[in-house]
Amino acid sequence: MKKINIGILLSLLLMAGLSSCGERKSDSKLLLNEVLIENESNFQDDYGVHSAWIEIFNKSYGSTDLAGCLLKVSSQPGDTATYFIPKGDVLTQVKPRQHALFWADGQPNRGTFHTNFTLNAATDNWIGLFDSGRKLMDQIVVPGGTLQANQSYGRVNDASDRWEVKNGSGDKYVTPSTNNKTLDSNAKTEKFALHDASGIGMAISAMSVVFCGLILLYVFFRCIGKLSVRIGQRKLDKLKAKHSERLKNAEGEFSGEVVAAISMALHEMQNDVHDVEDTVLTITRVKRSYSPWSSKIYTLRETPHKR
Amino acid sequence: MGEFIQFIGNNLADFWTYTGFANATGGHLAMIVIGLVFIYLAVAKEFEPMLLIPIGFGILIGNIPFNMEAGLKVGIYEEGSVLNILYQGVTSGWYPPLIFLGIGAMTDFSALISNPKLMLVGAAAQFGIFGAYMTALALGFDPMQAGAIGIIGGADGPTAIFLSSKLAPNLMGAIAVSAYSYMALVPVIQPPIMRLLTTKKERLIRMKPPRAVSHTEKVMFPIIGLLLTCFLVPSGLPLLGMLFFGNLLKESGVTRRLAETARGPLVDTITILLGVTVGASTQASEFLKLDSILIFVLGALSFVIATASGVIFVKIFNLILGKNNQINPLIGNAGVSAVPDSARISQVIGLEYDPTNYLLMHAMGPNVAGVIGSAVAAGILLGFLM
Repeated sequence: MKKINIGILLSLLLMAGLSSCGERKSDSKLLLNEVLIENESNFQDDYGVHSAWIEIFNKSYGSTDLAGCLLKVSSQPGDTATYFIPKGDVLTQVKPRQHALFWADGQPNRGTFHTNFTLNAATDNWIGLFDSGRKLMDQIVVPGGTLQANQSYGRVNDASDRWEVKNGSGDKYVTPSTNNKTLDSNAKTEKFALHDASGIGMAISAMSVVFCGLILLYVFFRCIGKLSVRIGQRKLDKLKAKHSERLKNAEGEFSGEVVAAISMALHEMQNDVHDVEDTVLTITRVKRSYSPWSSKIYTLRETPHKR
Repeated sequence: MGEFIQFIGNNLADFWTYTGFANATGGHLAMIVIGLVFIYLAVAKEFEPMLLIPIGFGILIGNIPFNMEAGLKVGIYEEGSVLNILYQGVTSGWYPPLIFLGIGAMTDFSALISNPKLMLVGAAAQFGIFGAYMTALALGFDPMQAGAIGIIGGADGPTAIFLSSKLAPNLMGAIAVSAYSYMALVPVIQPPIMRLLTTKKERLIRMKPPRAVSHTEKVMFPIIGLLLTCFLVPSGLPLLGMLFFGNLLKESGVTRRLAETARGPLVDTITILLGVTVGASTQASEFLKLDSILIFVLGALSFVIATASGVIFVKIFNLILGKNNQINPLIGNAGVSAVPDSARISQVIGLEYDPTNYLLMHAMGPNVAGVIGSAVAAGILLGFLM
């Protein structure tokens, strides 16, 4: 019965886990991050050629390998080109929070990062990134006709949900192989410097959290302590009841302790192991305020003192 | 022959440029003197010898002058040198969690479990961190540096190193040396503050002996402790995770070998490496700056605030506690997490006023709560400022 209950509990937990997985959005580490279709005078490839490019971003804090992944592109319905990212090239390993740039130039013989397709500036371009198990990791439709030459379509920040046309105005720069928005300051620190120059806000909020954490522990262990004492008391009561019952059953008989004392006395008398004592021994109970708490072993070492 | 002698002479002259004598500066000599003082304090006065000997000797190692342009790969800041490789554990922040693993495996939380209200004393002592943080801001440090400096008030060397390696790596040497120095000086810093803030009557308060703690409670503590604190402050996970893991190894009763390794050989090895590399990181050229002096001043201040806030908190707490549940304010100082020295100070001062009032085990409660509290505070600073 117990095993069945445990089985049911585990199944429920598994179901809860699976259902919560379904609710979450894609947690792929690799994302399409920026696309430039018409490259007139923008970034050049290693052959010195201006081609369209697709930037992939590794949003995780661990390296991820692109080898075996697929880049698919479709400019017209039913016309999908697929590029298999070759295995065996160490450069396909994308470092944490870094980018990989693929040239959509239709020249795959030029290297791992040159695809076998091109992008069409006149129509919408659907681009999909699939993992080696053919599971869609990310996709984007770059709207046709909205991008002029040397303009890209990219996420506002790396890995953010919002996309925008990067036309060079304001902070909308075309940023191949680098962050879509350059972080040249620590926003958090700047906010603290601006709004909490004295540090009082930090002190209050941080101390509140410290107290919250330890109050939580306190409440928890106060309850657990009470429960433990109660359980201990119940066990003790049970033992006492058992013991008194045993005593009741053994009424009229000698208890074990009495038998042991008599046996010891007989043994001593028969073997004459005791000295003959002509005085009366008395035991005076001396009350000492000593306890294990006063044990010297707890005084770890001497206090430093001047010599 | 003359040419040969000239060759030998040139060689010796060249060699001279590589020696410590040719490269010594006043800074090197000053740091060597500081290292010797650390070793003296450890050997003659027995101030935290486990820490001060490795740090003191590390200071000597780090301040042997050499020709830095020769590319000998001997200095701690020269990539690829042995010291630099050992120093990675400090800069990448993986020594402190391993130390915490050992601390967890050697800490008995029974005193805290039997009297959980002492956790609040451990929390109150963390005011030292934020008092120093505010003062550092006022002195012109930026918030990240101020956070790293403030953590000295937690009186926890590994936590200070862990946090400063993330928030202000350039100040880490000074912060670590300051934290460990003041931890060693706890017997000097804390008693006057404790005496100043308490009355004779308060010092004589006898606390109720703690109840016996069951094995189940001891096993539950690290598990619940981890879940509650890390759900609240996930950024404290490396320290708190290892602390509670080490404690579970100890309390589970079925992993004795692992617990013994964690609290014995492992923690000893890491302490040696941590101490000597932190000491060596105080290379005069990197260390002797105005900032370092300010950090030492702020470190002392944070210890004073932490001690005072712990003691004052107990006095205030006593106002709401029943007459039979009073806490002796002399254990308030133990809220700083210098384990077990600050608890031992409570015991020593308590015995001065009542030779039969043993406070040590009571003081261990706030003491270990202070370890948790300072790790939580470090997590908060990391979360707020990174």
